[in-house]
Amino acid sequence: MAEEINDFDEDTQKGKFLTFGIDREVYGIEIRAVTEIVSLQEITEIPEVPDYIKGIINLRGRIIPVMDIRLRFKKAFRVYNERTCVIIVEVRDLAIGLIVDEVAEVIFIDDHHIVSKPEMKSVQNNYIKNIGKVDEKIKLILDCEKLIHAEDEELLKNI
Amino acid sequence: MEPMLEMFIFETNQNLEQLEQITIHSEKNETFSSDEINDIFRIMHTIKGSSAMMLVNEVATLAHSIEDIFFYMREKKPDNVECSALTDIILESADFIKEEISKLESGSEANASASTLIEMTKTFLKELKSSNGDESQEKIPKELKKKQQYYIGAEKMATVTDNLNVFHAVIQYQEDCEMENIRAYTVLNSLEDAVKEIHYLPEAILEDDDTVGEIRNSGFKMWFTTTKSYEEIDKILQNTIFLKKLELKQLASLEECGYWPVKKEIVKEVILEEVPIKPILAPKKVESPEAAHQTMISVNVTKLDVLMDLVGELVIAEAMVTQNPELAGLELNSFHKAARQLKKISNELQDGVMSIRMVPLSGTFQKMNRIVRDMSKKLDKQVELVLIGEDTEVDKNVIEHISDPLMHLLRNSIDHGIEVPDERIEAGKNPIGKVTLEAKNAGNEVIINIVDDGKGLNKEKLLQRARENNLIHKNEADLTDKEIYSFIFAPGFSTKEKVTEFSGRGVGMDVVMKNINAVGGNVIVNSEAGKGSIITLKIPLTLAIIAGMTVKVGKASYTIPIVSIRESFRPIEQNIIIDPDGCEMIMVRGECYPIIRLHKIYNIATDVTKFTEGIIIMVETGKNKVGIFADHLVGQQQIVVKPVPVYIKNISNITGITGCTLLGDGSISLILDAVGLASRI
Repeated sequence: MAEEINDFDEDTQKGKFLTFGIDREVYGIEIRAVTEIVSLQEITEIPEVPDYIKGIINLRGRIIPVMDIRLRFKKAFRVYNERTCVIIVEVRDLAIGLIVDEVAEVIFIDDHHIVSKPEMKSVQNNYIKNIGKVDEKIKLILDCEKLIHAEDEELLKNI
Repeated sequence: MEPMLEMFIFETNQNLEQLEQITIHSEKNETFSSDEINDIFRIMHTIKGSSAMMLVNEVATLAHSIEDIFFYMREKKPDNVECSALTDIILESADFIKEEISKLESGSEANASASTLIEMTKTFLKELKSSNGDESQEKIPKELKKKQQYYIGAEKMATVTDNLNVFHAVIQYQEDCEMENIRAYTVLNSLEDAVKEIHYLPEAILEDDDTVGEIRNSGFKMWFTTTKSYEEIDKILQNTIFLKKLELKQLASLEECGYWPVKKEIVKEVILEEVPIKPILAPKKVESPEAAHQTMISVNVTKLDVLMDLVGELVIAEAMVTQNPELAGLELNSFHKAARQLKKISNELQDGVMSIRMVPLSGTFQKMNRIVRDMSKKLDKQVELVLIGEDTEVDKNVIEHISDPLMHLLRNSIDHGIEVPDERIEAGKNPIGKVTLEAKNAGNEVIINIVDDGKGLNKEKLLQRARENNLIHKNEADLTDKEIYSFIFAPGFSTKEKVTEFSGRGVGMDVVMKNINAVGGNVIVNSEAGKGSIITLKIPLTLAIIAGMTVKVGKASYTIPIVSIRESFRPIEQNIIIDPDGCEMIMVRGECYPIIRLHKIYNIATDVTKFTEGIIIMVETGKNKVGIFADHLVGQQQIVVKPVPVYIKNISNITGITGCTLLGDGSISLILDAVGLASRI
């Protein structure tokens, strides 16, 4: 029974992406990985972490680290305002909040409108899994798995 | 994990623990009492049964062969039993089974071969028999019970619904597969879903071990009705392990069945309804009146964790309500009365939940018996282990963390501390060394002492080693005994000339220190040359909720566990010392301690940078004390410890922070770890 429901969930979630914009690009996250979107709340800073880790927040008793997506992608920091929000994504029991300027919408991208990203040697492209097209507009689809679980190359380099 | 497998692992581990205890006890008395024989027999029987059911065949066969020994001992009561040899066999087998179980637990296959152990057991039984003049006799008095067989007239039979197929199957097992009865039971299990009604001969396969012979000789016979086709049933039955021959016949109607007793609906019921026939189950049956009034239940720890989390949140939520800033200045008599009541209840709830998680140390302590026994045997030392305060209770999580360190410390005491008997006699001591393991409660902490009456730590040797390893950073004459002894916790430090199986490699004591520190505990060593040493572990009662002092630095809050705080004060100018390197120190009652500025090491913006404007909190780090400089104290409160998110841990190695907690206003405070902080200076 429970499995059936899960299957059903998977189906309705398939092909759906939550999109948000940073500067000119639009990014998408698979809706399956998103657990909720909350408005920005008080962030407790944590010492000795990379600058894109803003700290931790208290999400109804759960303590969740938050990452500023702008800083993660080496864009300029933008002061948070009332439209700033936190997308809570959860992959394999690890939850993290992504601070974005604002969320746009949930869109459906058909499988054949998704193409794999061009091969590039640059490491920074690692977090983009695929590229989706909707009405001739490009959405960069994030690889949450990599975003959360991948070892940070830069940190590794420093060691 | 599959619930059945989980249950099996849990039960088997429990049985093994009990087995070890009984065995070691009887070895001490140099005899196996009849109660103990019965107990071991029962344990082995259970392990055999359940592991065969879980298809862990090597374990089942091994348990079976040990069961044989104890069956013989129970029936014949032999006089010459080599206790220690038997103990060795049992313990080694227990180790083997444990190993296999832990493999299953970690998800891999239990595949080691127990053939040498089984061989050992068999030889032992043979020798036991011959030394008691009992060679030729068959080991089991067979055919105690007459075959039960029923033939029921056709008129009594229930009418078969049209679309049900009737089958008759006979399973023959391979000659040497053993425990045919249990294998037959697994067949029944596999058929359970497929069949409507099933009957089988011999009947009491689980309860009666004599059925083994019957199945071996004439096969396991089943009659059943099912909606499944011949092919489907054949496929299920062909999967039987150790299958030698399978006869499967489809019958036209129920009348053709040779055996069809009236209505017994489900397989399981048939088994439950059986009357105990053989004495094997007798000890179990004696227990059953108690079992009927069961007062203990076993609960999955994760459920308790969830409960604990909820209580933690309740405590915070309560604080959020009762200390809500919007209430400030209001005259609210009945509100405060109600709030007090709520606080009382939630405190009691918290205590209640905590007490569920409390487990006595006895399990961990009992395990040490085994270690002492093994080591004293191998090292030719005579050691007596005294356990005091076994019933002291500690949080389940804490127990998991201290079991290994305790084992390690005990090993060290026996290996390094206790001398060989000759040496002891020379020194005018009892040739039997004594190691005492003592636990007691002290406020929010549990104190565990490991006391041995061995030769004690050699200060000279320690110093020499410390010099070789470049561990001494100050004038040697200034080192206190405590500091010298604590060198043994340095990584790679060993004064032992010879590396033995148990210790001397210099890895270990530092791990002990690390593990104990990880649960917020502390290790202190004290020793007197020639008389022995005492190692003291101070461990917090629980990891989940602790008393903490919250301090502010700029906008950030930090919480310091109360247990590590010695005092806090606002310093006066002349007690502050700054050395030429810029290191800041504070003089307290004639002693000098380093100061750590929180805002400096964690890079926090704050207005309070002068010592005389802030506050210094003196914390204990095990070896020494340090002063932590913060802006001001906020207050003391019970805090619920939450781990630092895994993600943060993965990307950065923050020293000095062990976790975080939620404050009454919903904000987060980071929990400081004194030892970690001190390591940064």
